[in-house]
Amino acid sequence: MEKIIREALSGHVAETGGLIIGLRHVQERCQFVPSDTVRIAAELFNISQAEVRGVISFYADFRDKKPGQNHIRLCVAEACQSVGARAIEEDLLNRFAVRMGETDASDFVTIEPVYCLGLCSCAPAAEVNGELIARVDAQRIVDEVGS
Amino acid sequence: MSSLRIYVPLDSAAVALGADEVVAAISQEATSRNLVIEIVRNGSRGMHWLEPLVEVEVDGKRIGYGPVAKADVASLFEADFLSGGVHAKSVGTVEELPFMADQHRLTFARCGVTDPLSIADYQAHGGLEGVTNAIKLSQSDIVETIKASGLRGRGGAGFPAGIKWDTVQSAQADQKYIVCNADEGDSGTFADRMIMEGDPLLLIEGMVIAGLGVGATKGYIYLRSEYPIAARILNEAIEVAKANKLLGDDVLGSGKAFELTVFIGAGAYICGEETSLLESLEGKRGVVRAKPPLPALEGLFGKPTLVHNVLSLCAVPWIMANGGAAYAEYGQGRSKGTLAFQLAGNIKQGGLFETAFGVKLGDLVNKYGGGTRSGRPFKAVQIGGPLGAYLPEQMLDLAMDYEVMAQNGAGVGHGGIVVFDDSADLLAQARYAFEFCAEESCGKCTPCRVGAVRGEEVIDKIAAGTDYDQNMVLLEDLCELMVDGSLCAMGGMTPIPVMSAVKHFPDDFAPRVNREAAE
Repeated sequence: MEKIIREALSGHVAETGGLIIGLRHVQERCQFVPSDTVRIAAELFNISQAEVRGVISFYADFRDKKPGQNHIRLCVAEACQSVGARAIEEDLLNRFAVRMGETDASDFVTIEPVYCLGLCSCAPAAEVNGELIARVDAQRIVDEVGS
Repeated sequence: MSSLRIYVPLDSAAVALGADEVVAAISQEATSRNLVIEIVRNGSRGMHWLEPLVEVEVDGKRIGYGPVAKADVASLFEADFLSGGVHAKSVGTVEELPFMADQHRLTFARCGVTDPLSIADYQAHGGLEGVTNAIKLSQSDIVETIKASGLRGRGGAGFPAGIKWDTVQSAQADQKYIVCNADEGDSGTFADRMIMEGDPLLLIEGMVIAGLGVGATKGYIYLRSEYPIAARILNEAIEVAKANKLLGDDVLGSGKAFELTVFIGAGAYICGEETSLLESLEGKRGVVRAKPPLPALEGLFGKPTLVHNVLSLCAVPWIMANGGAAYAEYGQGRSKGTLAFQLAGNIKQGGLFETAFGVKLGDLVNKYGGGTRSGRPFKAVQIGGPLGAYLPEQMLDLAMDYEVMAQNGAGVGHGGIVVFDDSADLLAQARYAFEFCAEESCGKCTPCRVGAVRGEEVIDKIAAGTDYDQNMVLLEDLCELMVDGSLCAMGGMTPIPVMSAVKHFPDDFAPRVNREAAE
């Protein structure tokens, strides 16, 4: 793990915004940002651990644990609300027995809110395992992840 | 052979509606019929109710079919769509559809028409004329052209672009930057995404001209992570631009250098605020900076930086190609040029409609948008994203114009228009405005950080009928404090959706206990 984190970060030390780019690469490699990253990034970028921790916690994209087997991001912003996103949210949380922003007990699905996927003209929208779906409903999402 | 060219958009909206499956089905069907075809992945025309919109070129005209599903593909071939044959999904000549014909497409002229990554296509449709003219001009002449155009920042604030360019151009520094704000986080907006996916070379050309105008040699596009397709297209377009000397040490033989990098954000709405964006681009927490100093003087790494929204920069090539005065002929009053309005939410014909300022809000919603998608009565429209006002039906007569909107307690913002039908509860929407502010506040100033949470609590009490009168007063007080005391627009404008909802939809804020008893 230590080696992977170092590799993911080390190429970005001199780049503009390199810490954020590096953290994204850590997450791409590990599926989350392991806590060891704080120490390693502080050393490589020559900044304090507090600064690294501050950056990780500031941005919604960085996760502190692995997501479930399926990753759902449901848009819950206004345009999607106007065509029933809140009802889809409630339906999904019930069906998967999970809370928003969390992973269910069987590690099957992680569901997170996203504030706009830019598909507001064909809302509601979701991203399921990296795939964008417009005019989505709860059943379509359930079908996508299988169950 | 030209009749065998098929266009299927690569735009995120088209893809989210199945465009990739349609492309696969078309390829497969063509192979089984021994037909040689070329599929061009174009941008979207912006008629998203027709996506995926498949187009073929017949006798110089583009004939459209949409919305095409995978299951339609075999029958399209049966109907000889390659020659423009009639099919249940025929929409006719795309450019002659009223939705297209009534627009003034200056910025989006090529979007949906060309291959986004073909510089030959780009040039054949007027691309590079602006930068070619700019190269012949002095920095101050470029800045004067922008001033003459009357262009105002399209990100939402509407600040005169020429003044900003002048400030950066006049600043003395060893390094200046052009930063494109592509952190399009407002719900109801997608114009930046569409142009980046559909005509990325336009943004690159606009940034190069900005670099020539203010004397900057480096540019960054700060792109939100929610736009992976735009990221891929922009990076490919940058390679195309480098190969064709639009980017590099010697831009189109001008002797001037300009290099460009895409930076991907990490999921923070606040990074659409320019100073927060600059902090983030420096690899830090996206915490808002106090102004002054202005970014134009002390921006990225403390250097003079021209920060502009995608659409501001994308308006520049047309202005440089046709002149500032020609651009200023569009629009009205102090709102010059065109805006790409985005029709979103509960709307029948959602999409992008670029037209001159001054168009009636109601025409966008009803004439072009076709009213609500649900078919239920219209209730409200939110203009300009999560920090924009909710307006009722009586206000649909208003002209889309910076000043007219401001006089009516609203804003044009980034041109996003989200429609709600009568099932919407404006108290819930007002509460959501606070929820969103609480979620996305950078935390630096107290009115925003604490005010947002207090706002949720106060609205919950109003909904519950707890000390109703006092809490209505408290809500107004809190909003006043957030407007006066917040460091940036996040806290300063969250009261706009809240108080516009209270003002225009008082019934939704009536004491709920009493209302239920009355029913």
